[in-house]
Amino acid sequence: MSGEVITYREAVRRAIREAIQRDPRVFLMGEDVGRYGGCYAVTKGLLEELGEDRIRDTPLSESAFVGAGIGAAMAGMRPIVEVMTVNFSLLALDQIVNNAATIPHMSGGQFAVPVVIRMATGAGKQLAAQHSHSLEGWYAHVPGLRILAPATIEDARHMLGAALADPNPVLIFEHVMLYNLEGELDPAVSAVDIARARVRRAGRDVTLVSYGGSLGKTLAAAETLAADGIEAEVIDLRVLRPLDMATVEASVARTRRCVIVDEGWRSGSLAAEIGMRLAEGPAFFELDAPLARVCSAEVPIPYAAHMEQAALPQPATIAATARGLVKPA
Amino acid sequence: MPSLGADMESAILVEWSVKPGDTLRRGDIIGVVETEKGAIEIEVFEDCVVEELVVAVGTEVKVDGVLARLRGTREAAAPATAPARPAVVPPPAAPPAAAPREPVPRAVPPLPSTRVRASPAARREAKARGIALDGLTGSGVYGAVCLADVARAAAAAPARKPRGGFDPAAMRRAIGNAMSRSKREIPHYYLTQSISLGAALAWLARENESRPVTERLLPAALLLKATALALARVPALNGFFTDGEFVAGKGIHIGWAVSLRGGGLIAPALHDADRLSLTALMAKLRDLVQRARTGGLRSSEMMDPTITVTSLGERSAEAVLPIIYPPQVAVIGFGSVNERPWVDAGRVAPQPVVVATLGADHRVSDGHRGGQLLAEIDHHLQHPEAL
Repeated sequence: MSGEVITYREAVRRAIREAIQRDPRVFLMGEDVGRYGGCYAVTKGLLEELGEDRIRDTPLSESAFVGAGIGAAMAGMRPIVEVMTVNFSLLALDQIVNNAATIPHMSGGQFAVPVVIRMATGAGKQLAAQHSHSLEGWYAHVPGLRILAPATIEDARHMLGAALADPNPVLIFEHVMLYNLEGELDPAVSAVDIARARVRRAGRDVTLVSYGGSLGKTLAAAETLAADGIEAEVIDLRVLRPLDMATVEASVARTRRCVIVDEGWRSGSLAAEIGMRLAEGPAFFELDAPLARVCSAEVPIPYAAHMEQAALPQPATIAATARGLVKPA
Repeated sequence: MPSLGADMESAILVEWSVKPGDTLRRGDIIGVVETEKGAIEIEVFEDCVVEELVVAVGTEVKVDGVLARLRGTREAAAPATAPARPAVVPPPAAPPAAAPREPVPRAVPPLPSTRVRASPAARREAKARGIALDGLTGSGVYGAVCLADVARAAAAAPARKPRGGFDPAAMRRAIGNAMSRSKREIPHYYLTQSISLGAALAWLARENESRPVTERLLPAALLLKATALALARVPALNGFFTDGEFVAGKGIHIGWAVSLRGGGLIAPALHDADRLSLTALMAKLRDLVQRARTGGLRSSEMMDPTITVTSLGERSAEAVLPIIYPPQVAVIGFGSVNERPWVDAGRVAPQPVVVATLGADHRVSDGHRGGQLLAEIDHHLQHPEAL
């Protein structure tokens, strides 16, 4: 692979640009996406490049513009709706959960809702409790939605195209700490699936299941463990709903131990769901140690940098948890 | 395949004694299995007809695996698609909610439930390799037995040879596993009592004078009967500790510890020992000991003991502190009988004395109750004519 090194932000920008240029039905709308260039500068320059019809600034009303996006999708458009952060998406919960997720079902398939809703998620930028939570697990609870969590440059570049091709609503969660992530983009890859998890690092001793902003931390933990002689297998879920448990179970059947890393809170978390599916399925009999999780502390994410970092999953805690399963004291 | 002891994981079918279509009565032998304790005859628990022999001779079958399909003789023929039943218990006549036309046959006694902590994968692996989890030390999370522990045990154990007969090493392992588990899990308390056998042995000598040699009684018969009658008065020590609670034994089935000549120990049941005459008890005891040593014990004798009694006999130590055989809740040991100074009515005189020891499970009883049992045994031995 000898691709160009770009940022995650640039990868998302290219994905939006390509989608709009390819398909006249596609447009982007959201708060500050046009003149300001996006609060995380993802759409910087796109207004000038693609025009006001395709890059549309909206009023500060998540319910209104998410609802408008759902309506546009039902009417045949392919809107990309950007919500500034998942915290603000709660104002649009009714539109997402009661409309987008249900209309294809309630109309007996007469109305498709091919809307894509992108939003930032996660902590680490000292944006305090109202801008830092990881609520993607809530959306992963809702039938009718497909939930994506691109954690790599490649997924950031190509998941959007696959999401727009899906006739049902798709939510894409972009972790705020990933926008500055740099990586090589393989020019040979022009599309990715939005169905399967991926093994990002092979290992035989313990499976570390992660996604989104926690993937990098989990890979770092795996390197620490390797120095101890523990080979961790790292799985990037990529798709939070529907979950690709086959990949997770196949890995656990090899390693017989599993740590789930999830920036959401532990109680009622996506990590809880994955752990339960392992416990209730055939993978149970492969386990050689209890299931374990590394989640965020059960507090509103603190503002102070050291407390914020202490509240989040970190490579050291992930490594220590995994070590406790492989080499119990 | 019934569980023929807390330590049994599987056994090899070595013989079918019946064929499909045979009509059997409760207690009939349907086949013989080879366990770590030797060959055991498997009985049926209800009148029934053999429908199908599922397993071929030479097959190793895990506990609860299906050996054969039987149909209760008062039932309609089972449809061809009848679900598999565990072990050799005939299918119940009907679900309990249906018409109460006949009692549902009592199934095999419940298995002990106190589990060794082991990972799911280790548990499966141990079962596949025929390794008892009881004897393993866990190195996993929460001290659980994990795959590595099973692998170590498998590497340490000699290669499993096909069991063609009694294997002293296998029995030693089985005893070790059961006793390790007992010492690990059961909070034993011990009580001892010195009992004068003067009256009992004098009565026995007189009684034996009038008996033909083949029907003469041994002191063991008196000890057994006295113990059985005492248990009838103190039932709290006769039964099992199952699923975290005491389950009283249905009947007093005394497991009589028999030491085997090749080494090892087995404690098959003398059923309803409290209801047998001394003559019948003695005959059963002779038969049981002989079959224990030559093979041919029956499955019910392996499964039913509600308590174990060990008697060291002559020329042995004067007291024994025995270990409870799980899931039983008590064990009684008699030492050898010795002449000892004995104070009676203010005078010291030599008397034959036996030291009786009770080992009991503190999760089920206390020393007060245990003391009552020893006192009852003592009382019965002072009145041998009533035994």
